[in-house]
Amino acid sequence: MSSEYLVEVSHLKQYFPVRSGFKTIPLKAVDDVSFNIKPGETLGLVGESGCGKTTVGRTLLRLYKPTSGSIKFEGEEVTEKNIHALRKEMQMVFQDPYSSLNPRMTVEDIIGEPLDVHKLYSNRAERHEKVISLMETVGLNAEHATRYAHEFSGGQRQRIGIARALAVDPKFIVCDEPVSALDVSIQAQVVNMFEDLQAERGMAYLFIAHDLLVVQHISDRIAVMYLGHMMELAESDELMNNPKHPYTQSLLSAVPIPDPETARNSKRIILEGDVPSPLRMPSGCPFRTRCKYATEQCAMAMPELTDRGEGHMVACWNR
Amino acid sequence: MADYKYVIDVQDLHTTFKTDKGDVHAVNGVNFRLEPGKTLGIVGESGSGKSVTSYSIMQILANNGRISGGKVLYKGEDITKWDAKKMAGFRGKCCSIIFQDPMTSLNPVFTIGYQLEEAVLLHTNRNRKEAKERAIEMLTLVGVNEPEKRVDQYPHELSGGMRQRVMIAMALACEPDILIADEPTTALDVTIQAQILELMQDLQKKLGMAIIIVTHDLGVIASMCDEIIVMYGGRVCERGTADDIFYAPAHEYTKGLLRSIPTTENNGQRLVPIGGTPINLLNMPKGCAFCPRCDAAMKICLTEVPEELQVGENHRAACWMNVKKMYEEANA
Repeated sequence: MSSEYLVEVSHLKQYFPVRSGFKTIPLKAVDDVSFNIKPGETLGLVGESGCGKTTVGRTLLRLYKPTSGSIKFEGEEVTEKNIHALRKEMQMVFQDPYSSLNPRMTVEDIIGEPLDVHKLYSNRAERHEKVISLMETVGLNAEHATRYAHEFSGGQRQRIGIARALAVDPKFIVCDEPVSALDVSIQAQVVNMFEDLQAERGMAYLFIAHDLLVVQHISDRIAVMYLGHMMELAESDELMNNPKHPYTQSLLSAVPIPDPETARNSKRIILEGDVPSPLRMPSGCPFRTRCKYATEQCAMAMPELTDRGEGHMVACWNR
Repeated sequence: MADYKYVIDVQDLHTTFKTDKGDVHAVNGVNFRLEPGKTLGIVGESGSGKSVTSYSIMQILANNGRISGGKVLYKGEDITKWDAKKMAGFRGKCCSIIFQDPMTSLNPVFTIGYQLEEAVLLHTNRNRKEAKERAIEMLTLVGVNEPEKRVDQYPHELSGGMRQRVMIAMALACEPDILIADEPTTALDVTIQAQILELMQDLQKKLGMAIIIVTHDLGVIASMCDEIIVMYGGRVCERGTADDIFYAPAHEYTKGLLRSIPTTENNGQRLVPIGGTPINLLNMPKGCAFCPRCDAAMKICLTEVPEELQVGENHRAACWMNVKKMYEEANA
């Protein structure tokens, strides 16, 4: 392998055309985002709804064609690679375990489909065997292989989705809010399973979520996005304990802490107003309209993501 | 009206839904009461009966649901005996509710102002013009910018956080004594969630209503409740102050719940999940609802429903483990 990184994203842009009256204007869902993921690493991606975090995940898998920029997987440009071969290396786990499973297929066929697509078995018996072993890996009862998705609870369905992603033995999985739809007590089961699977198989994750406490728990590094831009990227503990970007600071202070003592003593930085529409993005830094440190410079240009020591990257003029 | 100490007093509430597969007992004997101006938090997972409890108070259950036992006393009067007309006067005027998803709970074909005025016109004898003034006054109170312009806008023109503010404005327009907030911030982003929670606390100080906040998020209730109720399988497992629940949990379910959430302290350690799957209300265990998932379950848990037991000053829990502990202490 030519590079130490599994996934290298540089200056990725993903615009969607939106009709506005007679004109078509671009919605800049992801605007100039760069990051890398090492093999076996978990990168957490957080941000509010509409910040482009899901779009980043989907673009990596080529569910969208990027507007510009480069995505390299194992040193090879993703857009030039055969999509069939690519999807054997990277897979996705979706947020909603209810709508991401085909209600007309049995669990065996859902998990077996990637095996069919990539022809990973020589006969029916081998396929069945592989499906059963995958089901056992994710903690599902092998006797349930002939059942349909609606017969399972939310947590079990998410396990089916994970087994399907694991079927091709990928090196990289994009997890798009995989635990958001689950109950608190079930969330921990699934988070633990993600960690165990990574320890066994050495996969890398891009873990997209809005629950910062879960992301902190599972990630090695965390990236914070706001309106299509990357604001801060650092080691997980460093980001949580020493956030530098004003947006990260207010985001962290807004997280409800399940501890009465800390909650009483902590001072919340309440952000004024709402996230601006991505169709009417402010000039320069997109956060400046809600930022208390904003200066004239912020309106002029978007700051670069620069290293402030030990890989702590921040994109802010003033901090 | 009779003297009352509690603005709402729920006594042994049972709510049942008729389904094709049999009766579903969503709420099985819930008790709680709330003093004026205080905040009660109800936590639980899906299927714990927390939302059904609040719908039962408002009597806005689905058609197949009914209150099958118990009393709901509002200022000392049992409102489960009230007829539909009297209840219509209760909702909005005495007790209001805000729902999880502000998009589906606002009517998309009417303006914000129309929907706000509707409540005012229904419950007070103000005329249209005064109602509109009241609507603008309420929007200002909940921090909606340019309220004069907003009253003529439709729900789709507002962001999620703004819509939830409108919902709160609507709920508080007639100055109810109780505000029920059913997962008020679940559909919102964290920064907006912080704004809305802060707003609710502010308004409580200004208007003095009691709040019942129903949520699955332990973080939300940690800071703002006078009392917390933990529900599982339609029953109350544990009740107490935030400090009681978080620092001295006395029910195995509460303990499990607290172990399973990631916090800043247990970072890097493995989470300890609660095993098994959430309860199936059609097939309730005979004894304690939590016993199929409980590591500490004993023989008695399978057959007998535990009673609530005093474990602290204002702290009660319904778990046989506490009985066992007391017995052991008495014999030691």
